[in-house]
Amino acid sequence: MEHIVIIGNGISGVTAARHIRKLSDKKITIISAETEYFFSRTALMYVYMGHMTFEHTQPYENWFWKKNRIELKKGFVKTVETENKTLHFQDGASLTYDKLIIATGSKPNKFGWPGQDLDGVMGMYHKQDLENLEKYAPNNKVCKRAVIVGGGLIGIEMAEMLHSRHIPVTFLVRENSFWNGVLPEGESNMINREILSSGIDLRLSTNLKEIVADENGNVKSVIIDETGEELPCNVVGLTAGVSPNIDFIRDSGIEIGRGVKVNRYLETNVEGIYAIGDCAEQHEGIDQRRPIEAVWYTGRMMGETLAQTICDNKTQYKPGHWFNSAKFIDIEYQTYGWVWAQAKEHESRFYWEHEDGKKCIHINYDKTTREFIGINNFGIRMRHEFFDKILNEKRTVDYVLEHLADANFDPEFYKLHEKEIVAKFNQENNTNIQLKKKSWKRIFSKA
Amino acid sequence: MKAIKQTGLVLFLLGLAVFIGTIFTGSFSLKQAELDTFLKEQNYKSEVIGEALQKAVVTSNDLNIFQFSSAVRNAYATSNNHYDDLIAKYDAEKNWDEKGKQFQYKISGKPHSLSFSLAKSAGKGPAPDSTGLMWFLTFGLAIIGALMYIVPDVILLGKPGIKNNGVFLNAATNRGWIGWFAFIFLVTFYILLYFFPDYIVNWVYLVDPISNSISGNLASQWFLYGFLYCTVMSVMAVRMYIKYRHNKYQILRTTSVLFFQIVFAFLIPEILVRFEKPWYDFKNAFPLDYDFFFRWNLEELLASGAFGLFILVWGIVLTIVVVPVMVYFFGKRWYCSWVCGCGGLAETLGDPYRQLSSKTLLSWRVERIIIHSVLIFVLVMTGFALYTFFSGEGQVLGIKTQTIQDIYGFLIGSIFAGVIGTGFYPIFGNRVWCRFGCPLAAYLGFVQRFKSRFRITTNGGQCISCGNCSTYCEQGIDVRAYAQKGENIVRSSCVGCGVCSAVCPRGVLKLENGPEEGRINPTDVLLGNDVDLMDLVNKK
Repeated sequence: MEHIVIIGNGISGVTAARHIRKLSDKKITIISAETEYFFSRTALMYVYMGHMTFEHTQPYENWFWKKNRIELKKGFVKTVETENKTLHFQDGASLTYDKLIIATGSKPNKFGWPGQDLDGVMGMYHKQDLENLEKYAPNNKVCKRAVIVGGGLIGIEMAEMLHSRHIPVTFLVRENSFWNGVLPEGESNMINREILSSGIDLRLSTNLKEIVADENGNVKSVIIDETGEELPCNVVGLTAGVSPNIDFIRDSGIEIGRGVKVNRYLETNVEGIYAIGDCAEQHEGIDQRRPIEAVWYTGRMMGETLAQTICDNKTQYKPGHWFNSAKFIDIEYQTYGWVWAQAKEHESRFYWEHEDGKKCIHINYDKTTREFIGINNFGIRMRHEFFDKILNEKRTVDYVLEHLADANFDPEFYKLHEKEIVAKFNQENNTNIQLKKKSWKRIFSKA
Repeated sequence: MKAIKQTGLVLFLLGLAVFIGTIFTGSFSLKQAELDTFLKEQNYKSEVIGEALQKAVVTSNDLNIFQFSSAVRNAYATSNNHYDDLIAKYDAEKNWDEKGKQFQYKISGKPHSLSFSLAKSAGKGPAPDSTGLMWFLTFGLAIIGALMYIVPDVILLGKPGIKNNGVFLNAATNRGWIGWFAFIFLVTFYILLYFFPDYIVNWVYLVDPISNSISGNLASQWFLYGFLYCTVMSVMAVRMYIKYRHNKYQILRTTSVLFFQIVFAFLIPEILVRFEKPWYDFKNAFPLDYDFFFRWNLEELLASGAFGLFILVWGIVLTIVVVPVMVYFFGKRWYCSWVCGCGGLAETLGDPYRQLSSKTLLSWRVERIIIHSVLIFVLVMTGFALYTFFSGEGQVLGIKTQTIQDIYGFLIGSIFAGVIGTGFYPIFGNRVWCRFGCPLAAYLGFVQRFKSRFRITTNGGQCISCGNCSTYCEQGIDVRAYAQKGENIVRSSCVGCGVCSAVCPRGVLKLENGPEEGRINPTDVLLGNDVDLMDLVNKK
């Protein structure tokens, strides 16, 4: 029986394993050094915040793996010997495979800051980070202040986490507005305001110079580059992005760039070895995507796709229309299609913001053809299927606005803003778009 | 703010302590005249009981409620034993005539209930004598204290939005010691209420004036329970309003259950009594209202003229027409989460405990077996009751209808619905009864599962499997298992509370009443992955 070995029990590896089991009877082993069972990494923050226990982050009960004959092995892979298809573990053990899936995800970036390895400095990525946080920041008596360095999604989540336990947080962001490499100005500003109004000390255009130790090797303070100011603190969160976690294959002959190089079938240069998820790097970005996408959803899709290939239905990785979502403290964010931070030349934009400053949408469309390109929505939920269909059918921005009621995915009885949005669009663009009533028929008709 | 909260907590606990302490106050004894009145009202044929009761409770000794209860129950026992001895004696003598006569002298009814009705007129002490003051020191302090504890959350919780911070770090909401204390308190309360009402007669005194002003009668323990129910729901609804103030669905839903509880389950029935009509809760559908078809109820309704007939017809129409039609259009949520009293308590008092329901596959299996067994039980029992009613016989297939009714009333009506159903909130989550026991939920569930426009729609591939939805599902549904597959959630147990949708950080879930067609949509490959499905199917 063919033995499929998967390194990494994150969403990519586990999705691959589950789908291989659905499609075949192969022997499957998942290796992880982090935890015994699969958990949802994105939920770690809710454990610290007390919304859930760690067990709640595990989507499958512990018996699931045995029942589905997916073997779980706890261990840290040190090297991969591709010639005789063997994995060597740190503890000296080894394991042979027929096919190998590398799904080791990523690790937090460290940029060589002085003091970056002190006790009390951590990322927010692994289960161990969570345990560290419980140790160094259980409450605001032990941790009088925390400093977060880096302005992305994990940074703001970590700030929210610490804030939930009433620990004062200073948030150092290199850019001059939060996540403005991804978000257009309006949205980025909105999140700046959200962070500040939550009582988090947000400092834009600010870099970390060094982390200072006390006599015991613990964090004592940080020094800010621009001003030289010293901020006393007990915990430093480093959240300046992630990079592929692939150190163990550097000498294996598997081609790597920043990540493990794969083709559209998620195959590496070595036959029978594949890479998926955060650690995989496409030779060229697909569509307008980046070669490496450290996104939960793409990891899952790669797992689904690769399972097909491994089970003799060779399938290209063809991610559909781009989508993503996040939550910035109390503001939910979803995006469908492309809305770049800066409009491209052929693009036209429409931005609407609610008067309370907590809801907005940003629509991107082609100037000449008026084809809809993408939408950012903040504080309003939108229907994924709707936009997927719109993008498939290459509908115009006018069509989207006309059918905005079909797109709304907010809970029942919520206040609707469609009229206001369409009115603003009409006013700005001299159009006469009439909002249509929501239609179940349209919503559920399959294109 | 914190100081207000802490003061509130102290006041609440003080109110609670006085409330509990009230049980032990006062003294109970009767004057001969009072006893005579009681005996006359009860119309006992026994000659022994009067004497026995007189010895026991016509006294100048200060009996506390426990001594009083025991004295009264002894008197009943003395009387009944006396006639049992006679029965045995005549039985031995084969004197069937005399033996048969003795049965009429035996006193039926639960001893604690009889003792309650006697105690109700025998008490002296703070509760019956300074009712207003004592009401303030118990209900008053507890309400003020609870509100002082709850209202500062408007500011302390921060901006509107889902704030479950610390839920699993708190001893009250994480099966910690406070949770266990709440559990013991609630279970004890229900046991007293159902089985030892005489022990809490002092509490009933506290609501006498209120009962009197609504129905014109003094309170029973059920009036006390109804009043307490409405009070607890109102106070905890304030908490819901604050916690979910960003969520209109939750606010409307809370208002709706509160309205139906106070108006339909509490005020209207009591006012009906004032107009000498039968006590009836118009929203309480069979089989949750399991004694609707019992002989005593049917006879009472038939005896109250056109109005009774109207209730009878309404009760039947509610069950066989309104319920399925409404479930078809709106799912069972219209009842379980917008109307039902049990649901109302679960959504207000129980909301802090919703995350404690078990989501294991095992509990799902157990749940389906138990809830459907209860449904079968209630249907069989009702069949017996109706057969008995129309045929005039007392038994079916050698089983006494009364016996099966008593078993149901004890096991399901009291132990399951009350003691476990509410008492276990702090340990098993807030919908223990709805999830495992309620026969109406099982019935509504069948309709919802097979013929309804309701489902929870999931937003394609946006789920990050974080587990908030499953954790906060009071019905123990593993919502995430569906969401991460992009499948609509169509489950008989879903009561449509909407909290999974509220706690989802990615906007994945939406409660919808859409077209029935395509409601169940198992997905092979999730949205976002451009695999040609037809191609995939053809290759298989």
